[in-house]
Amino acid sequence: MPETTDSQSSATAVADAPAVAAAAPGLRKEGEKARSLRSDAWHDLSRKPMFYISGLLILFLIVISIWPGLIASGNPLSCDLAKSQMGPTSGHPFGFDTQGCDVYTRTVYGARASVSVGIFSTLGVAVLGSLLGGLAGFFGGWWDAVLSRISDIFFGIPILLGGVVFLSVVKGGTVTTVSVFMVLLGWPQIARIARGAVITAKQQDYVQAARALGASNTRMLLRHIAPNALAPIIVVATIALGTYISLEATLSFLGVGLKPPAVSWGIDISQASSQIRNAPHMLLWPAGALSLTVLAFIMLGDAVRDALDPKLR
Amino acid sequence: MGRYVIRRLLQMIPVFIGSTFLIFFMVYALGDPVAALFGEKAPDPATAAQIRHDLYLDHSLGAQYLHYMKNIFVGDFGTAFNGEPVLTLMGDAFPITIRLTIVAIIFEIIIGILLGVITGMRRGKPVDTGVLLLTLVVISVPTFVTGYVLQYVFGVELKWTSPSVSPSAPFNELILPGLVLALVSLAYVTRLTRTSIAENTRADYVRTAVAKGLPRHRVIIRHLLRNSLIPVVTFIGTDIGALMGGAIVTERIFNIHGVGYQLYQGILRNNAPTVVGFVTILVLVFLLANLLVDLLYAVLDPRIRYA
Repeated sequence: MPETTDSQSSATAVADAPAVAAAAPGLRKEGEKARSLRSDAWHDLSRKPMFYISGLLILFLIVISIWPGLIASGNPLSCDLAKSQMGPTSGHPFGFDTQGCDVYTRTVYGARASVSVGIFSTLGVAVLGSLLGGLAGFFGGWWDAVLSRISDIFFGIPILLGGVVFLSVVKGGTVTTVSVFMVLLGWPQIARIARGAVITAKQQDYVQAARALGASNTRMLLRHIAPNALAPIIVVATIALGTYISLEATLSFLGVGLKPPAVSWGIDISQASSQIRNAPHMLLWPAGALSLTVLAFIMLGDAVRDALDPKLR
Repeated sequence: MGRYVIRRLLQMIPVFIGSTFLIFFMVYALGDPVAALFGEKAPDPATAAQIRHDLYLDHSLGAQYLHYMKNIFVGDFGTAFNGEPVLTLMGDAFPITIRLTIVAIIFEIIIGILLGVITGMRRGKPVDTGVLLLTLVVISVPTFVTGYVLQYVFGVELKWTSPSVSPSAPFNELILPGLVLALVSLAYVTRLTRTSIAENTRADYVRTAVAKGLPRHRVIIRHLLRNSLIPVVTFIGTDIGALMGGAIVTERIFNIHGVGYQLYQGILRNNAPTVVGFVTILVLVFLLANLLVDLLYAVLDPRIRYA
């Protein structure tokens, strides 16, 4: 069935890696020289400049989203209409927006919304998706059939469309509502991958051996299957993080995501977009910050995928 | 083949029902279409009840959904709250968005696959690294930013094209919006083709084709490309739904009165019949596109047979 090719190909990538077996903690003794996937991946990552660049950028973003005051002393909500759309002046390097707010301060404070939506949604999607998909793959049967059909249904709705409809009727406009929506519509993506990875791992000899030795389901899942099915989930989740940030900004831009007085790059870009002819600086700074953030997460995801997916080496 | 298509069509039915019910639930159960008619003011209870009765909203959600679906199958998508039948709105909007999507997909196919082949054949060379970095940048910049920037540069500063599209939206005015809509997917197509080509260049059949003395373009087009296209076709097929949904952003920037525009207006004004009707059609398009992709596999790879 062509439908399953996707999960199969990512699953075979795991099966192809003999080192994966050794990644399970406590199982490492069998081959002294064979490095585990984890140390192999780390070795690969530590030689990549892209990993360091994106890692540093992300670290910086996380720090300023927790303590924005570190690099911006002003208040993003204190604005002076007299300075509306003014260009850069000393102390205000990015100029002012239509309301006379300092663009630099708002750009710095905007990081918090984007980064938290990205991280919360990804965590939620990864936990829910791998739990549901993994259990479906492990137990099979009617639960698997039902879950596959449910994820088909969620796949039938393009995510941006679903987001605009859902968020316009829920009317929350906070980081929580936006993240909850992303988890609601995003989990089937991870669930499919987790299901495929678990099914492949389930058929491996060492799992059969554990079963023959009388290991309980819990033990097999936690000790043997989970560590080996984790790699493809991590890869997809890291790349998805960047997409969620971009999606949050798009939803805020359309007026259904975060709402003022929340400070978000999407809102600022939306408000600046009608003034692009008069004051392009209002658009370019938040847009640049947003793009750089998404770029950092996608670059990290790329580097992690290259390291974890042995098929691509 | 025929039996496979029928089986797939049957499998689509529960998914179609599930997806449309989900949208129906969001619009009619989570939102309140009647309250939306009255704006900020609280509606007169008797009037609201009468409207609810007229719109079949005084029944249970399941009954409302069945009533709605029954009407759809005789071509009645209901009436938008401004009195226009939703079907008329669709007749105006869909041709425009379909044209926009076609332009976007042509960009994806021509530029995306071409760049993918070039970079895949020259893996690790400067061209490859350059294009790869470019695709990363393109993926990272959200559509609404590229949209405004390209509109400003090509429409306002250089005046190569008009910054907004006329109501009839002919193909030549849709080139820039189509490119904007396609950009992110185009970068994905490039990357997918590149990986796929790079994997297959080492395949035995490529070596055989070269050893037979076939000219290079024939090896690339007939042997290498055809075998490398399967993941790309999958992506483009599933992308059709995303493109038509993503047109919300592009159509807003370039003021195109297509599906995205109507949907956006419908959502802003809580115009329930418009929203549910348009989304239902989009879900159907998405499902059919996926079926088409699976059938295309058999064309690309003769080893795949559907019994």
